[in-house]
Amino acid sequence: MWRDNLRGIYSIALKDMKTYYLKPPSVSWGIVFPTAWILAFYLRNPRGFEELVPGLIAMTILFSTTAAEAVVINFELRLGSLERLLLAPISLPAVLLGKVLGGAIFGLVMTVIVTTGSLVVLRTCPNLLHLLIIITPSLLVFSSLGALLCVLVKEVFEAQTLLNLPRFLMIFLCGVVYPVSAMPERLRYLAHAMPLTYTVDGLRRSFSTTGSTMVFADALVLIGFFLLFIFPAVKLLCKKFE
Amino acid sequence: MSKEIVIQASGLTKFYGQILAVDHINFEVEKGEIFGFLGPNGAGKTTTIRMLTGLSKPTGGEASVLGFDVSSEIVKAKRYIGVVPETLNLYDELSAMDNLLFMAQLYGVPRAQRRERAEELLKTFGLDKRKESLFRTFSRGMKRALVIAAALIHSPEILFLDEPTVGLDVVAARSLRNLIGNLRQQGITIFLTTHYLEEADLLCDRVAILVGGRIVKTDSPRVLKAAAEDESVIEFSFGRETSGLLEDLSNKLLGVKIVAVDHDKVRIYGGTPTDVYADVFQFAKDKGMEIHSINSIKPSLEDAFIKVTGLSPVVMVVEKGGR
Repeated sequence: MWRDNLRGIYSIALKDMKTYYLKPPSVSWGIVFPTAWILAFYLRNPRGFEELVPGLIAMTILFSTTAAEAVVINFELRLGSLERLLLAPISLPAVLLGKVLGGAIFGLVMTVIVTTGSLVVLRTCPNLLHLLIIITPSLLVFSSLGALLCVLVKEVFEAQTLLNLPRFLMIFLCGVVYPVSAMPERLRYLAHAMPLTYTVDGLRRSFSTTGSTMVFADALVLIGFFLLFIFPAVKLLCKKFE
Repeated sequence: MSKEIVIQASGLTKFYGQILAVDHINFEVEKGEIFGFLGPNGAGKTTTIRMLTGLSKPTGGEASVLGFDVSSEIVKAKRYIGVVPETLNLYDELSAMDNLLFMAQLYGVPRAQRRERAEELLKTFGLDKRKESLFRTFSRGMKRALVIAAALIHSPEILFLDEPTVGLDVVAARSLRNLIGNLRQQGITIFLTTHYLEEADLLCDRVAILVGGRIVKTDSPRVLKAAAEDESVIEFSFGRETSGLLEDLSNKLLGVKIVAVDHDKVRIYGGTPTDVYADVFQFAKDKGMEIHSINSIKPSLEDAFIKVTGLSPVVMVVEKGGR
């Protein structure tokens, strides 16, 4: 049974990559938007680019994983394609995990491109293990957030609209362009309730030489967020097939 | 020798909120037969298939497929069943071959056999020359054929077909019916739903007539038709619209069932033929109408359906938009 589920997760993730993610709209949302955003800050202050890199990577993770994830499930629900997956001998959580993994793999590809590009420009070498420890759960967190918001609504456009709220809130509040520590106390609390804060924090620590324990702590919090998003997403999807 | 039962439903019930979609139905499907669910749109046919294939949870009762309980063990049963839903739900962005390969992977067909099996099915369905074409470029008939091919990729023991010929032209529908017949000869048990009476008559070994979520009769088309033979069926053609005349005609002819057929015909079930002829002639004379033709009808499954359900066969056509 678990073998069937693993095979299902893998097949669905690969199929989604082929059918949805490697298409211009996903690539543009995943890579062009964060790059344009950071470029705007860079042009304003070229000397501070190094400080913007963790934020750039974090935004790439956020936008690339959620670019298509937020529409894929509702799109397939409308076309009946999701039902086709559920007719296969795999469980419903495995189908959803396949979808989440598809988004995460696409995010990983985009993140590797942006990270490599940034490292070449900066000529720095972060702690690659720390980067991996932060990037992996982050990809799963934001992909599962996309899945959760997708199954919360009925229409494709509703999911995109709904997702823009946490996406833009996180850009401003989670330390992407403005340090969380410099924010008013109430906003700091709000920032710590959002997963991107831990992604940005972990990425910053990966680029510095201190705070390896905190990198692991950030990764644990991110795993917690993943579970927080994926369980209700499974539950809500099950409800659609009752 | 007793037949092997592969699908069993007992008191199977489904509510959608307050709406009762399937009402305590009981039936059994034997191995190797074509079993049809016949009924108008909204009768509960698709809901039943969804429950049997794990896409919807029963509200009450029990059902099993190949001995696996549909509520608790449906994932195990899915290895051995193929499902052709009414919607053409393969992936537009993938080619015919890629769609089949994806399905083969999903169903655990060994890697070494996937391409060979897909090629074989594409050939069987006459799609081998278009195997690299995207699904979205296919005609409706070709799409339906590929959806069926996808359902057969893992060589299932049972094939569920939900309204397989809806939307197909006459030639494609006939070709599909031949194919369904061939699948049965290969030993595959087929459970199909249809609202086309002639389709059920042509294909099915047994049919369950479903109306308002309840099975009103289950038997072979032959037995159902034989049961309809004990009353006379006479068809009168008036050469003009008959829908406005039904009430007047019903008042004139008591103790019979009158059903409009096409736009200019009525079919009268029951009564003594001589009385029916006399009354209809008198009715036509009173109304100043001509009788264009009279036919004594050999009972069809349609007649059996009318007898069993009391519904006009028109509901079967009208509710699905006809063909």
